[in-house]
Amino acid sequence: MPPAGDVSGASWPRRLPPQVKIVAAVATILVIVLTPPRPPWVFLGYALILAAVVQSSGVGWRTVFSRMRVEVPFVAFAVLLPFIATGPEVTLGPLELSEPGLWAAWNILIKATLGIVVSILLAATTEAPDLVVGLQRLHVPDILVQILAAMVRYVSVVTGEWQRMSRARAARGFHGHGPRSWPVLARSLGTLFIRSYERGERVHLAMLSRGYTGRLPAAGTAAATSADWSVALVLPLTVLAVAALSWWVAR
Amino acid sequence: MHIPDGFIDAPVAAGAAVVAAIGVGVCLRGARRTLDDRTAPLAGLVAVFVFAAQMINFPVGAGTSGHLVGAALAVILVGPYAGVLALTVVLAVQALIFADGGLTALGLNVLNLALIAGLVAWFVFRGVVRVAGTGKPGIVAGAWLAGLLSVGGAALGFVAEFALGGTAPVSLAAVGGAMVSVHVVIGAIEGVITALVVWSVATVRPDLVVGLRAPAVASSERQAVAA
Repeated sequence: MPPAGDVSGASWPRRLPPQVKIVAAVATILVIVLTPPRPPWVFLGYALILAAVVQSSGVGWRTVFSRMRVEVPFVAFAVLLPFIATGPEVTLGPLELSEPGLWAAWNILIKATLGIVVSILLAATTEAPDLVVGLQRLHVPDILVQILAAMVRYVSVVTGEWQRMSRARAARGFHGHGPRSWPVLARSLGTLFIRSYERGERVHLAMLSRGYTGRLPAAGTAAATSADWSVALVLPLTVLAVAALSWWVAR
Repeated sequence: MHIPDGFIDAPVAAGAAVVAAIGVGVCLRGARRTLDDRTAPLAGLVAVFVFAAQMINFPVGAGTSGHLVGAALAVILVGPYAGVLALTVVLAVQALIFADGGLTALGLNVLNLALIAGLVAWFVFRGVVRVAGTGKPGIVAGAWLAGLLSVGGAALGFVAEFALGGTAPVSLAAVGGAMVSVHVVIGAIEGVITALVVWSVATVRPDLVVGLRAPAVASSERQAVAA
């Protein structure tokens, strides 16, 4: 699993317990999502706060920007909105654009973008196994946490298996061009399923032989202190303060 | 393509999260009943398989390629309970680790891409196999239709959520029409690949394909576990 960003650093968000960071990230995104799209300068405030966190977190800007690509389909949708939305129109150069459409596009773009930055901050400062521990501490149902733990543990094994199969296909002269390659790829995928499932059966037996009773042992690391919570909650509380300020000014 | 934060308003996102939590809870109970303590390792490895399958690009031609959603494939191969759990965990990992899909939109994405897509695919496949039999025509037709309708079901789920809590003033007919027409194409391809994979597993290890098991066997197994 690629825990992108710098895993080596010991910046302040990296030292925080994972459950604290998950709560802080979700709370921050909730405040951002609940903010009305107008006035727009509130979001500038949010962006500046997040920029400060990115800067001090040791997560490189390059990491943040490269991982924002997942947003692209929704950017495309948002760019189309001013053209297809209904409502009064404004003229912008040669274009007739829907005014509510422009606000909706802004609303979608800015919230999705800020939300992604917060998610990237969480992911880039927390290694995958720690996220699992965090969810366990937050009382996510035990069996879901176990499935997640198994997935995090075996994802590189299974993707490595697929890469070996791809290399073997290529060595036999396979080129993937167009739908004619689908039966071959699908057969490989079927084989990958059988191998994954059988690995699951072996993993289960191995777990049983080590005394597995259907529950995960409690996470080993120390619980979060009130100091941890107060550090992590600075972000959602600052964002909330900016939201309150904007509401007070606009009143 | 997962819904990001703020695309659907907060009350609808919260409602979807509640529905998704109930659905996942039902699947958790079902998986414990049918898989017992094998649930975690098996659903975990199936989740990894779905995750890997989504990363494989199938060339469509003209330089473009697509990838599987995988909902129909997962539930046909391992059943609705373990399948939905695996899909849910994949979505959670994508949101938490890859920022793909908003953290506050996770309920919406689980509802559409795990629960709706998974349940539609399961009932479609079981229905077709019951009518057409468990030979090659039944399996291929059932898996194709399950793949197609699972994608269609997820798209309709999105349209319904957009109608209830969309933050953009776009006519519902336009969004619905665009979503349905695009997803018919995507779903047809999903169906073809799902059918090819299910058939390849069914020829080698038919015992692994839960969707092909007789219902009577499944219920007697359940009774055996309960006894």
